Amino acid sequence: MNLKKLPLQNLVRHSGRTIGLAAIVALLTCAVYGGALVVSSLQSGLNSLEARLGADIVVAPATARSQYDLNEVLVEGVPSSFYMDKAYVAKVAQREGVEIATPQYFLATMKAGCCAMPVQIIGFDPETDFTVKPWIARTYGGELGMLDIIAGCNISGGVGDQIQFYGETCTIVAKLAETGTSMDNAVYGSGDTVKHLVEAAVDLGFSPLAHEDPQQVVSTIMVKVADGHSVEEVLGDIKLHVRGVSAVATRTMTSDVADSVAGMSGVIQVVFGIIGVLAVIVLVVAFLVVGRHRTREFAVLRVLGASKRMLSGIVVKEAAIISAAGALVGVAIALVVVLSFNGALESALGLPFLLPVVATIALLALGAFALAMVAGCGASFASATRLSKVDPGQTLREE
Amino acid sequence: MSLLELKHVYKIYGDLHALDDVNLKIEEGEWVAIMGPSGSGKSTVMNIIGCMDKPTKGEVLLDGKDISKESSQGLTEIRRDKIGLIFQQFHLINYLTALENVMVAQYYHSMPDEAEAMEALERVGLADRANHLPSQLSGGEQQRVCVARALINHPELILADEPTGNLDETNERIVLDLFRQLHAEGTTLIVVTHDAEVGASAERVITLEYGKVTSENGGTEFGKAARKDVI
Repeated sequence: MNLKKLPLQNLVRHSGRTIGLAAIVALLTCAVYGGALVVSSLQSGLNSLEARLGADIVVAPATARSQYDLNEVLVEGVPSSFYMDKAYVAKVAQREGVEIATPQYFLATMKAGCCAMPVQIIGFDPETDFTVKPWIARTYGGELGMLDIIAGCNISGGVGDQIQFYGETCTIVAKLAETGTSMDNAVYGSGDTVKHLVEAAVDLGFSPLAHEDPQQVVSTIMVKVADGHSVEEVLGDIKLHVRGVSAVATRTMTSDVADSVAGMSGVIQVVFGIIGVLAVIVLVVAFLVVGRHRTREFAVLRVLGASKRMLSGIVVKEAAIISAAGALVGVAIALVVVLSFNGALESALGLPFLLPVVATIALLALGAFALAMVAGCGASFASATRLSKVDPGQTLREE
Repeated sequence: MSLLELKHVYKIYGDLHALDDVNLKIEEGEWVAIMGPSGSGKSTVMNIIGCMDKPTKGEVLLDGKDISKESSQGLTEIRRDKIGLIFQQFHLINYLTALENVMVAQYYHSMPDEAEAMEALERVGLADRANHLPSQLSGGEQQRVCVARALINHPELILADEPTGNLDETNERIVLDLFRQLHAEGTTLIVVTHDAEVGASAERVITLEYGKVTSENGGTEFGKAARKDVI
């Protein structure tokens, strides 16, 4: 037996007490790490949403505003179809401060025999697009041909599979990574593909258009503001000079979501923070209670020649072992819960929810682990200080 | 030079003089019993000699060195290096086996040596109980582990506080026999007790009352002869 393992020996032979203390640390770590993961996922979801929108300003037909909630359409991805004359693209592009103006084409598919599923099909102009392409480029580097589509991660079917929309057979050439937004339920293609599908819809008697020629319309215009101009200034200019459209700053569109994310993050931080603080208080009390029961043991060790420092060392080492074990369990539980109930959490919170990248997940785990170690060892400090000061003569005399 | 000498030692708690001008000398190899009724100052003397407390006044010379002014750490080192303590309540670490309880004393003294610890347990007749926890040992066995622990670092002085106070007659005899062997080998023993039979086994009996040494005699003939008999 190596007596340097004395702290471990005590923990093993008092397994009930050890498990109890480790469970408190696990609860603390689980609360801190779980909370951090959820908050981080909400932030990732929001970032993803903002990245997905990409543009500084979105221009839609003025009539669309009366028929649809643009936030639902553009931010939440609710299937919808609306159009305006494509001449608006040039009008918007000519405004001062507009660096790029690129059209998008929307077509909502039907929950009917003609379509595999009701989704939002979004077409973009490969030549001018700056919002969808960079995002799609992460998973697909090729050119999109006619009826080639890129599916959001929630669309059933894999690469190479074919899907029917309005009687036309589209081929999935790539699938997008999860965004944590309703855009995961959308399908992306070139503007020509969407216009072709609009024509097919008209041919089948579904009429997303009034009387316009599908080749002469667009759904939205995504605007990038040039350096040296403010979004507000360009937005005001478009509203003033381009009639018949509704222009909105994307920051405004996502601000409701951002507010909700901030509010929800705050609530989660407070709730999980309270759990964490309570766990630390319980730990401090638990270590003190355990320490009180071990006063005689430490008096004996002191009599046998252990210095005060050695006694503090035993308590802190024990706390470190308990904290490390508890923290590992807590991190594992939080990770399993958040990963397993990722979708359920998104539905329950009603907000974009995207797990952060692996490096961030690992970093948060390290942070939670370190916090648990500090909390566990810190909680044992009062007990270690008290036990190191134990008066062996008096303690053993009182027995 | 005496191994231990107390010169005009006082221990005062407020108005209470737990020790009141105590003077005594203990020579190397002696077996001394300190006796007296409850509240006489026995435990206070034991704590001062055992480096677990300091006198309010006076000198405590161990090996000629005054330890009464030592720091807490200094007392810890003296206790660790020179004194073996045996307690009435045994004070074994409950999560360590008998062997580990002996080795823990080695650990804080120098370095654990399992073979040597095993020898110490053999000496007190507990080799076959080495891997038992204190809760699995009888009171007598626990006290023998305590003796083995006190002996393991070859201390200059063994200090026992009511060593048979919690033992039945059979185990009391076993422990006293162990003391006789130690005494015969030249170990200095100081036993604090109120048990007349334990006191009678010693070479010399010092009686305390109200914190003062009231008598000092040569103990029994049996006690005096014990060393010679064993040799």
